[in-house]
Amino acid sequence: MATLFGLDYPTLWFLVIGGLFSGYAILDGFDLGAGALHLFFKKEKSRRIALNAVGPVWDGNEVWLVIAGGALFAGFPVVYASLFSGMYIPFMLFLLFLIFRAISIEFRSKEEMKWWRKMWDISYSVASIALSVLLGVVLGNVLIGIEIGPQGNFQGHWLEFLNPYALLVGVTTLALFSTHGALYLLMKTEGRLYAKLSILARRAIIFFIVTFSLVTLYTLIYIPHLTDRFKDLPWLFIVPVLAFLSIANIPRLISRRRFRDGFIFSAITMSLLLVVVAIELYPVMLLSTVDEAYNITIYNAASSEKSLGIMLTIAAIGTPLVLAYTAFVFWTFRGKVELDETSY
Amino acid sequence: MDVEILSRIQFAFTVAFHYIYPPLSIGLGLIMVALEGQYLRTGNKEYHVLAKFWTKIFALTFGIGVATGIVMEFEFGTNWATYSRYVGDVFGSALAAEGIFAFALESGFLGVLLFGWNRVSPRVHFIATLGVWLGSMFSAVWIVVANSWQQTPAGFHVVGEGLDARAEITDFWAMVFNPSSVERLVHVWLGAFLAGAFLVLSVHAYYLLRNRHVELSKKAFKIALIVATIVSLGQLVAGHASADGVAENQPAKLAALEGHFEANAPADMYLMGWVDKESQQVTGIPIPGGLSFLLHFDFNEPVTGLNAFPIEDQPPALNAIFQFYHFMVAFGMLMIGLTLYASFQWWRGKLFKQRWLLWVFVFAVLLPNLANQFGWFAAEMGRQPWVVYGLLRTSDALSASVQANQVLFSLIMFFLIYALLFALFIYMLNKKIKHGPSEDQLLDHRSRHEEMAEAAGKF
Repeated sequence: MATLFGLDYPTLWFLVIGGLFSGYAILDGFDLGAGALHLFFKKEKSRRIALNAVGPVWDGNEVWLVIAGGALFAGFPVVYASLFSGMYIPFMLFLLFLIFRAISIEFRSKEEMKWWRKMWDISYSVASIALSVLLGVVLGNVLIGIEIGPQGNFQGHWLEFLNPYALLVGVTTLALFSTHGALYLLMKTEGRLYAKLSILARRAIIFFIVTFSLVTLYTLIYIPHLTDRFKDLPWLFIVPVLAFLSIANIPRLISRRRFRDGFIFSAITMSLLLVVVAIELYPVMLLSTVDEAYNITIYNAASSEKSLGIMLTIAAIGTPLVLAYTAFVFWTFRGKVELDETSY
Repeated sequence: MDVEILSRIQFAFTVAFHYIYPPLSIGLGLIMVALEGQYLRTGNKEYHVLAKFWTKIFALTFGIGVATGIVMEFEFGTNWATYSRYVGDVFGSALAAEGIFAFALESGFLGVLLFGWNRVSPRVHFIATLGVWLGSMFSAVWIVVANSWQQTPAGFHVVGEGLDARAEITDFWAMVFNPSSVERLVHVWLGAFLAGAFLVLSVHAYYLLRNRHVELSKKAFKIALIVATIVSLGQLVAGHASADGVAENQPAKLAALEGHFEANAPADMYLMGWVDKESQQVTGIPIPGGLSFLLHFDFNEPVTGLNAFPIEDQPPALNAIFQFYHFMVAFGMLMIGLTLYASFQWWRGKLFKQRWLLWVFVFAVLLPNLANQFGWFAAEMGRQPWVVYGLLRTSDALSASVQANQVLFSLIMFFLIYALLFALFIYMLNKKIKHGPSEDQLLDHRSRHEEMAEAAGKF
């Protein structure tokens, strides 16, 4: 089997996908979080500034999901097929809210009527909250395992995705995104909105710490299989420790009003938590609660070595380009938001 | 209704709705590049104003295109799991390339294109516009490559059997340049240019008729007319090449396009007609031996007909395929006639003096858009009963774990949300057109600060 840096291709692609989803969480996380907090801003001008803080970048952020989804489809078609068809309803709801959110951003400021803007503000915020929760719900189900049967087909009831653990992970995701979004907006705003956001950021991080503790507790008590890897390889314990330290650092930075650093640490937290998830699962990608034999792993789900090799080449050429123009866009729109005639 | 038909309706509906927008974006992108290029070249502010105006419309089509585009990617997994497992290995690299080379490019620069007018220099802005346009063009490349692979699979081998069978890539470039991808890509690109150019023609014809933005509209109309004339003629060549390819690679589809039943006989070409599947008769206006001539330059050369294939390998919806195809061709011909006539009038110096012609252009925007839709319907329905031609049947490609009522739920959901989306799109488009280009910039030379203050006051 071909290897690169001592890792086989499926493992490398597993890391690529992990990197993409972590990039997606960091980027779309802040605009979903900003959306989740939207209704806390009462003044029309505050809402427009908050919307325009994410205005030029939300679309580019969402592209990371398209790319990450495509990379999953390409590298592990069996995972893609089993996960998406097995969780049909949550993914359809995800699409529903994704479209509603895009419509809301696009159309909100196009009319001046109060009811019009209020309606789109509500749908923007509700959609942002729902998307954050749904992302967490899917992650929760991946962690706890789903009823995968022969041929990788889901054989459970369609409502099973709404189990307590998945919902708890969903709420935790919402809390983390809200913190992340508040910190992003703090870098982009001034005056009263800024003052309000510094309170919201404080509440959001407390909300996150509470829900995250519950998830951790639940995992340790009810889902022991997730901790096996750490028992086998104790040195990996450094990763969750780092994640906890990173989380603990966020309220410290918020109280010192170092919001930019706080934002960096909420981003680091997301990456580290996803690394924890990756460590817990690897090499399994979809855990079957029916029989271990039906587990979908990176090896029985991977595309051929040839295909993975091509895609690794594409990724190696493309990634520097993507990072370069993402950086260019964020640099162009650096600094506090100013409304002009091109704004939403 | 069963899962198969519901899933097919859902995919067809969501992809057809989506496909209203990307061609407009690609076509408008081309016009915007031309307008900004003209501005940089001549320094004439009018082009700048026009570029800004069309960027606003572009933002609308692009935004809806993105929001509705992700739906199909998800549907591969949710509704067509067996298909996803089958094609993932081959499809994957095309999709990954699309994501990383195309989407990231267009969405990255989109922010600068839409919101960067006051933040970057005109030259950098032009580069951003070019980036977004090229991104949308690349996006078409990879999607058409993937779809063409389903029509004419190449560069792969099949491993496993029965439910475990799947295609594995053996030659990336053979997959990319599969027998139909180049001709179909050109056909799709040109169709998109026409959609954009005819929208510009339509809107500016309307302004001219209403005596608004007259000088601007004449400039924009002429640029769009040049594009539309050249491209509609080019489409004749590209369309012909595409049909030649179908004849060679997918004979059953070609036979369905012209309603040609006899297994091995000279084939007629119909200007219009009605296909009766039971009696194997086409009623209409034929050019005897026309199809034989088009393919072989000989009216008597036999062409493989539907009866040469077992019934289970024939496309089922024969009349629909025939109609979609013929309307597409007819609309293409109308566009050629219309743009040539208008160019001739321009040459005579009478282009803007004939109000009826301008009225025709106001409504002609429907021609390329319907032709694009109909062409895809003919292409995809003509591929049936296969999802991957000759390899995987559509009925075998479904998700085993999804039930009909779930698909019915999502189908109704998409109907409702897309109805709302379409209503909003038409409403906003109408509003932006009514508002028109902001010519204030041309009238006086106030400082940017004053302009911004005024704009801020409006909200």
